[in-house]
Amino acid sequence: MSALHELSVREAAARVRRREVSAVDLTRDALARIAATDTAVGAFLTLDETGAIAAAEAIDRRVAGGEDPGPLAGVPIGVKDVICTRGVRTTAGSRILERFVPAFDATVTARLRAAGAVIVGKLNCDEFAMGSSTENSALGTTRNPWDAARVPGGSSGGSAVAVAAGQCHASLGTDTGGSIRLPAAFCGVAGLKPTYGRVSRFGVIAYASSLDQVGPLARDVADVAVVLEAIAGHDGQDSTVSTRSVPSYVGTLTGKVQGLRVGLPREYFVEGMQAEVEAGVRAAIDQLERLGAVVEPVSLPHTEYAIATYYLVATAEASSNLARYDGVRYGRRDTRTSLGEMYEATRAAGFGAEVKRRIMLGTYALSAGYYDAYYLKAQQVRTLIRMDFQKAFERCDALVTPVAPTTAFRLGEKTADPLTMYLSDIFTISVNLAGLPALALPCGVDRAGLPIGLQVIGRPFDEETVLRVGHAYEQATDWHTRRPLA
Amino acid sequence: MRRIAALARLRLDPAEEERLTADLDHILEAFARLSAVDTTAVEPTAQVEADATPFRDDVIANPAADEALLANAPARDGRFFRVPKIIE
Repeated sequence: MSALHELSVREAAARVRRREVSAVDLTRDALARIAATDTAVGAFLTLDETGAIAAAEAIDRRVAGGEDPGPLAGVPIGVKDVICTRGVRTTAGSRILERFVPAFDATVTARLRAAGAVIVGKLNCDEFAMGSSTENSALGTTRNPWDAARVPGGSSGGSAVAVAAGQCHASLGTDTGGSIRLPAAFCGVAGLKPTYGRVSRFGVIAYASSLDQVGPLARDVADVAVVLEAIAGHDGQDSTVSTRSVPSYVGTLTGKVQGLRVGLPREYFVEGMQAEVEAGVRAAIDQLERLGAVVEPVSLPHTEYAIATYYLVATAEASSNLARYDGVRYGRRDTRTSLGEMYEATRAAGFGAEVKRRIMLGTYALSAGYYDAYYLKAQQVRTLIRMDFQKAFERCDALVTPVAPTTAFRLGEKTADPLTMYLSDIFTISVNLAGLPALALPCGVDRAGLPIGLQVIGRPFDEETVLRVGHAYEQATDWHTRRPLA
Repeated sequence: MRRIAALARLRLDPAEEERLTADLDHILEAFARLSAVDTTAVEPTAQVEADATPFRDDVIANPAADEALLANAPARDGRFFRVPKIIE
């Protein structure tokens, strides 16, 4: 018999709706699991036990009254700390927002609540979602639950760890260059970056607005589909969200990939990759072929320029987005006698080293004399990267690649050289530049027992195919059933 | 470096200035490979648009700034934010 915290989102919600288990019991079990494990992994920055129990009690009352609270009825869920939660502090992992308490819920937070979810707390991340290991958080260290000496990946490290460690049944992360998929891969869970424009960013602390997307992490693909269905769709508060209707993502999980054309971009199988990662991903591709998918090589020739393109576009946007942290209306203030000195002192003390590095890089790329050579050039190469994908998707229904060239690396291993850290995103970053949906899911382990991540990339707004491929793979394998911290 | 820091409203101490100069040199040197790409007549992508940018009516939809918003103010005076004197 499995403990409550091991239940899938689907099963937990079904039991609450059938009155076989109460939302309060599910929530208490999640809080107990957090109490037992979070000293070791450090996924949470803030717990909202009072709010969670109150929300669970409200769900139980509705069920008792014959109401259906929704597809996430009573399910404990954690939220990355760049997503606003009314009345619960939201820090973005930064000293500058250490005591910021939002006056409103982000749209995705409100939609989780409307679907019956119980939000248990806020999950650690790299400061302002800038990083690939969660080591840039100013407020806490998050460890990989498979090996405490290793990083969980980033920036949504807490979101992946909480799900892997059984602290909550699903979580929300954000993904600007791989920030959902990389930690999902490093921690052995499923995570989806939806199409740009599929999910609202209203109330989500902005990093790079032309790239940021919110998405779910969970222990299997069907749970990812359930949560995506709850949060996706048009929002009058965010004009970048498409008015397209939201399909039943769960309904699309047929387990069938017969005849589906799957492309392997040759630029994603390169020298220098950890051999076990390549072997794991190739074995997964063989599995898809056995399931009837038609696998063929494709080329995305501008892949080698993706890191440079991304880090110019993203930092330029970040330098603009982070201009709002000036110590005037909210957040930290370092008082000085003049306004200008107050801005500079506040930002000097409030931002960490990586955030300053990106603000400086972005400001430089946008500054007079350098704009054309860096920012405009990067935007043009971005067009070429998009066109590579458009061409590949004329032939293919989905592309399959590794999520990262390695499994989880050691804490401190890449902090000395920012460029080496940036290269962790080499297989995830182009997807954001092209605005595509992409799923990460476990497809093996290396000799040290660390999870290997498989990435499935789809056409714009074709989350259905991406999820269907991932789900079909899961049906044929059992990597997604492995858990750390037994 | 000081000019960029001033534009970004960041005060850097000498150690940070030295470190950031080295980091940015290293990063920009690696990013110089972009200049090898032929982008003649290539339109820049600012954003991958899902739909055409919609218009909405010019009506106030958000509630007025209330106590919950002002509670985050580092310094306030009633319903106003307090800042250091701007004009002598």
